[in-house]
Amino acid sequence: MTDVKTTHATNFKRYRRRFAENFGFGDETAPAAIVPEGNLAGNALVFVIAIMTFLASLTIGAVSIVRDTATTWQSQISREATIQIKPADNFDIEAALIKARDLASGMAGVRDAKVVDIEDTKRLLEPWLGTDFDVASLPVPRLVIVTIDPSSPPDFAVMRKTVTKAIPNSNVDDHRNWVDRLIKMARTMVILGVGVLVLVMAATALAVVFATRGAMSGNGDIIEVLHFVGAEAKFIARQFRNRFLLNGIKGALAGGFAAILVFFLVGIWSSYNLATPEGNQANALFGTFSIGRDGYLGVLAIIALVAVLTAETTRLTVIGYLHRMDNISGMHS
Amino acid sequence: MIRFENVGLRYGMGPEILRDVSFHIAPKSFQFLTGPSGAGKTSLLRLLFMALRPTRGLITAFGKDITSITPRELPLLRRRMGVVFQDFRLLDHLTTYENVALPHRVRGKDESSYRTDVIELLKWVGLGERIHVLPPVLSGGEKQRAAIARALIDQPQVLLADEPTGNVDPPLARRLLRLFMELNNSGTAVVIATHDLTLMDQVDARRMILNGGKLEIYD
Repeated sequence: MTDVKTTHATNFKRYRRRFAENFGFGDETAPAAIVPEGNLAGNALVFVIAIMTFLASLTIGAVSIVRDTATTWQSQISREATIQIKPADNFDIEAALIKARDLASGMAGVRDAKVVDIEDTKRLLEPWLGTDFDVASLPVPRLVIVTIDPSSPPDFAVMRKTVTKAIPNSNVDDHRNWVDRLIKMARTMVILGVGVLVLVMAATALAVVFATRGAMSGNGDIIEVLHFVGAEAKFIARQFRNRFLLNGIKGALAGGFAAILVFFLVGIWSSYNLATPEGNQANALFGTFSIGRDGYLGVLAIIALVAVLTAETTRLTVIGYLHRMDNISGMHS
Repeated sequence: MIRFENVGLRYGMGPEILRDVSFHIAPKSFQFLTGPSGAGKTSLLRLLFMALRPTRGLITAFGKDITSITPRELPLLRRRMGVVFQDFRLLDHLTTYENVALPHRVRGKDESSYRTDVIELLKWVGLGERIHVLPPVLSGGEKQRAAIARALIDQPQVLLADEPTGNVDPPLARRLLRLFMELNNSGTAVVIATHDLTLMDQVDARRMILNGGKLEIYD
């Protein structure tokens, strides 16, 4: 038992030293990391990575909000249908409304049907006509709101046929036109958002690649010395990859969490402003200003992607440098 | 061990720096490589160390044509050679100890297996008190000795040294020469590029003299 403990302790100590040798921290007694920590170019790299990760995370969060909001609009509107009944001479509109309601509520796939009474109709018209008017004196169509079971919606063609046959001056609106337009708009917005995201990600990748290569260019002497003392290419590449992976993680975490913080603060701000007219409008458009689980996962994926991109660029830069060194001939140098 | 046959070298479209150079570095041999400044000593050493490829001719190292060596084989062959660069090439962020231990470290050895050897070698080259000092603090002579210690630490089969006594005073130069001779006695072939005639006069060794790109050998 003691032997096992000793072996574990020795292995752990060795692991700590290896970690410290590779990353430059974790064990004060370990030799210094072969690739030194932070110079000016290295710090600039961390900033570039942080800024680009921040922008990419904001974009992915915005795309996530647009997609979620579009889905919400779509599902809310497709949950209802409306029966409109137009007034006419010698026509008992109230009886027609009740008839329409009964017909609709008796159909399969309808959860509820409700007549919009005269007071509610008046309230609907208030923004345009004010409070001082007589609804009965105007040829205003009256409505029956039909709540639909979204999992098994009714056959609207049959509903339309049945209702218009029973009440000739009625019209069944299943909001299909609206839903189709919204779906189109939502899809366009998501495609645009994804397009912007692709551009931002491409810019992030290029900025990270060039900043990494810039930071690497000051380390040529270290690569040469390691090469001449017999280090294998993969050993040298690993030393640099580990060092720059740390820079990548630092920058990506800073940028990603700054973006998450922005979304969090805007979410809090919008919930405090729900009662104001501006807040109502924003809420109607975007729902609660939250990027949701997918948005957060997207930001975390960007952090990981940027860190891996930095490490991989470093590895390829070192391999390329070594390749050029090994192929130096008098003729081509 | 290392053989040159009609080797020529030119940089870009410039004139030939080395012309029809042929020689053989035998195991356990000791030789000086000399000649006036700009004669091509450093270029010849770089060819020996496979840091350059010849424009023409054939170089074989440890039985392999260096033009056919794969990138995977190159580090393994380099580990059989020790090199002392004229400009030392010490890593400024590593201590003297860490610089000298670097060849062991890049081979993935555990520090406990080489620590004593590195400290003993540092004491031997007179850097016992400078083990934990960073190179920018060392004098030229101390850097020179640290660079030599790094080349020797893994007991190479061939030691290539470019002006190894260029920055040290005569007594230390003699001591370093004695170190190279001891190393040679223990089986390492030694090639020292120098134009220090006093140093060469102290040893009865083969002299390879480069002049105008041509090599003359005096055994």
